[in-house]
Amino acid sequence: MAAVAMRLPVARKAVAPSGSRGDEKHLVAPGDTITTDTGYMRGHGTYVDEEKLIASVAGAVERVNKLVCVKALKTRYNGEVGDIVVGRITEVQQKRWKVETNSRLDSVLLLSSMNLPGGELRRRSAEDELAMRDYLQEGDLISAEVQSVFSDGAVSLHTRSLKYGKLGQGVLVQVSPSLVKRQKTHFHDLPCGASVILGNNGFIWIYPTTEQKDEEAGGFTTNLEPVPLSDREVISRLRNCIVALATQKLMLFDTSILYCYEASLSHQIKDILKPEVMEEIVLETRQRLLDLEG
Amino acid sequence: MAALELLSAEGFRPDGRRPAELRKLRARMGVFAQPDGSAYIEQGNTKALAVVYGPHEMRGPRSKALPDRALVNCQYSMATFSTGERKRRPHGDRKSSEMSLHLKQTFEAAILTELFPRSQIDIYVQILQADGGNYCACVNAATLAVIDAGIPLRDYVCASSAGLVEDAALADLSYLEEAAGGPQAALALLPTSGQMALLQLDSRLHEDRLGAVLEAAGGACRAVHAVLDRVVREHVRELTALLGD
Repeated sequence: MAAVAMRLPVARKAVAPSGSRGDEKHLVAPGDTITTDTGYMRGHGTYVDEEKLIASVAGAVERVNKLVCVKALKTRYNGEVGDIVVGRITEVQQKRWKVETNSRLDSVLLLSSMNLPGGELRRRSAEDELAMRDYLQEGDLISAEVQSVFSDGAVSLHTRSLKYGKLGQGVLVQVSPSLVKRQKTHFHDLPCGASVILGNNGFIWIYPTTEQKDEEAGGFTTNLEPVPLSDREVISRLRNCIVALATQKLMLFDTSILYCYEASLSHQIKDILKPEVMEEIVLETRQRLLDLEG
Repeated sequence: MAALELLSAEGFRPDGRRPAELRKLRARMGVFAQPDGSAYIEQGNTKALAVVYGPHEMRGPRSKALPDRALVNCQYSMATFSTGERKRRPHGDRKSSEMSLHLKQTFEAAILTELFPRSQIDIYVQILQADGGNYCACVNAATLAVIDAGIPLRDYVCASSAGLVEDAALADLSYLEEAAGGPQAALALLPTSGQMALLQLDSRLHEDRLGAVLEAAGGACRAVHAVLDRVVREHVRELTALLGD
């Protein structure tokens, strides 16, 4: 008989105000008038009614010169050119795949905007079109880069680099896109023995680090060899750490994930998901990050 | 048995409230991790949960997509254990379908749907305990969930019911007062502009009394707005404090 852990509900602790940093943010809720001055430009999260600029989402007001935006705390992914995303194929159509990327409309990946297996560059023929499902089929995960954004907010992707392509064995974690910090690179080989792709759309892919880089990545053949137990343990620990960071609303980037991983080493992998352990290791991570900032 | 006295000579209602007084209102945002937005609300003994998914790609028939705005899809359901007598079907009966339609109309008026062409926004609400004012609790919960999801709204949508007993207008009716069968109205209001998103009147009411009932419902909506606004601001403040830099 396995022991079952049970816990009783506890009262939530109120979060204290973030100290006197000096720069108190201007927080608004829907329907709040931001300004009645007509000299301002209407940005995202606002609308104009009777010459008043009114907030339409709850969040912090951001001003850039004359442009006023309200940034919501949590939204779907808004694509920007150059972003790295991780997505799942939902549909195979004529010359294109539809990819679910946590965006407000499914993204498209055109057959012409990907490198064919083998890396040869040539015109896409009718045979390629027929063989599309052999490359990527419904349910496959891919990593890609945003090529362009359409006027309705839909995103067009490309995988024209050996970095991108179909993802093989690993673990996917979904978090809010606002928690992923924008950085120069979103592909990280962590020193703890696993790699992560931090998609700007909040999809995070954790996979075992491979030796021969250029051959494996970007291909459409997936390596199905069993992953050793030690690697799987590292991946599971990383996964739980990322979940802990996301629940405690700490920004995700290589250093924060690594610090959290190191803080979690004194606990068993499954215990990381307990609320009190989560709180403890994330607090330690926060502290180390603050020390790093100096 | 003597008829139940809905308003005592001293001007108190069966649960001890004054005519214009609301029941205790408690709410929380972001109760689930999986959906884009979620909220829980308690209005007296009426308890409701709301979750929002979207805006996302159309699910189901592609032909239902609207070329110029988002489709709002609502589903109202009542837990089988929510009423005194156990319910057979949690949703899909005539009353629930009507309620779903009302919710859809309410939120189409409030959400800036034209920002999301060809997509879909799903709002699911469930009554966990029914004690009168189910529609109102659902609207209030769904408003919080939509705000939690970061979907642009013209304004909060606040709803409250009002009824008439012995020439006195009562705000925020409980099950006991609803069941007495007097005239009652449900009002969904955008409080800042004072626009009505939905007004539903059950049974006949003399024109001369409509003003008093509307005034009671409107006052209750503004009181609800004050509470919801406090919940939203507290939630936003907590999250920005956590996110820090």
